[in-house]
Amino acid sequence: MAGEVVLLDFWASPFAMRAKLALSEKGIAYECKEQDLLNKGPLLLQANPVHKKIPVLIHNGRSICESLIIVRYIDEVWSHVSPLLPSDPYRRSQALFWADYVEKNIYDLGKRIYVVQEDQAEAKEKLIQCLKTLETELGDKLYFGGDGIGFVDVALLPFSTWFQTYETSGNFSIQESCPKLVAWVERCREKPSVSEALPHPQKIYDFYLLFKEALGVK
Amino acid sequence: MEDEVVLLDFWPSSFAMRVKIALGEKGIKYECKQEDLFNKSPLLLQMNPIHQKIPVLIHNGNPISESLIILQYIDKVWNHKSPLLPSDPYRRSQSVFWADYIDKKMYGIVRRIWMGKEDQEEAKEELMQCLKTLEGELGDKLYFGGESIGLVDVALVPFTTWFYTCERCGDFSIEAGCPKLVAWAKRCKENYQSVSDALPHPHQIYDYVLQLKKKLELA
Repeated sequence: MAGEVVLLDFWASPFAMRAKLALSEKGIAYECKEQDLLNKGPLLLQANPVHKKIPVLIHNGRSICESLIIVRYIDEVWSHVSPLLPSDPYRRSQALFWADYVEKNIYDLGKRIYVVQEDQAEAKEKLIQCLKTLETELGDKLYFGGDGIGFVDVALLPFSTWFQTYETSGNFSIQESCPKLVAWVERCREKPSVSEALPHPQKIYDFYLLFKEALGVK
Repeated sequence: MEDEVVLLDFWPSSFAMRVKIALGEKGIKYECKQEDLFNKSPLLLQMNPIHQKIPVLIHNGNPISESLIILQYIDKVWNHKSPLLPSDPYRRSQSVFWADYIDKKMYGIVRRIWMGKEDQEEAKEELMQCLKTLEGELGDKLYFGGESIGLVDVALVPFTTWFYTCERCGDFSIEAGCPKLVAWAKRCKENYQSVSDALPHPHQIYDYVLQLKKKLELA
């Protein structure tokens, strides 16, 4: 069960942050190998030949790719501590559904905002709608997972590190439209396992300013 | 208490076919409700308000949406026979990876081929690349699941009913480029009644697409 755990990472990637959150929640020691995404190395290309993307989890020499698949794998192997997915099949299906909803929407909408093209206004509206839908799903719960952090929390939380970037490049406020969601972010960040795993939004914004061209901002 | 299982379906949908195969494999009795995607029923809009898409599985009144999520739900609830996923976490992660790969690629590529616009040639190339990659993953195995069909087989085989349509619309041969995969599809249909029952005849799909193109004024 223990054994060698390596994460092929890129510090600013919300997808990689999901893996780090899961590892942190479970208290798993791992080696983090930062990758150069503009000049991908042989280890990454060998570990993920199909998509050539990070994150990749390498556990005892075997690779697992795609962030949500990695999180599920971590949850199943280290099942004795901090379960992320419910064991009840229906509740489990709902958690998978909402993580998939995050997957289908947040990254693409966020990117459409920070690349600052003609469709930015539409993207801002849609992002707010999505976040409001997620607020409704959160309801009165402390976390999407209920009393503790769960799969949907892990899926969504990393994008909060990019909120400041979306807001500044799009000139709007997520806090104003979605105060409950921002409160959820702050509640999560109070946990050491979360604050250790996630960079500060300011660092993400500084990264964005430095690498605008590489990120697709014209 | 007897289970009440309802499937909101659309017969040409590869995603809905996946669910029908799984329900067949597990021997689950269900009611199949055909949806008109140009005139969605109140039931569909109520059961899947977020995406408003089929398939939706309604189990004792509880809706589950997204075909791969439905498959995994079925596999967990009716775990007495025909397991779709391995129990080992690593092998399970690989099955989910390849099902996800199929989800990322197949629908969009197939659509671009039958729509027949400027990006058709590019889509044809992408299809062959994608199927060759999948052939590599299949290797010498009878099925992606090994000795019997699993999640990846169920995720992929419905798209093979669309191959004839792709070939006619794109004027090319999929079998010529990917004989192993075409052989695998045949094997699935011959050896699994759940597959042959769930998949319409490829010509029916082609007729449907011709009608759809007329409706969308693409003919």
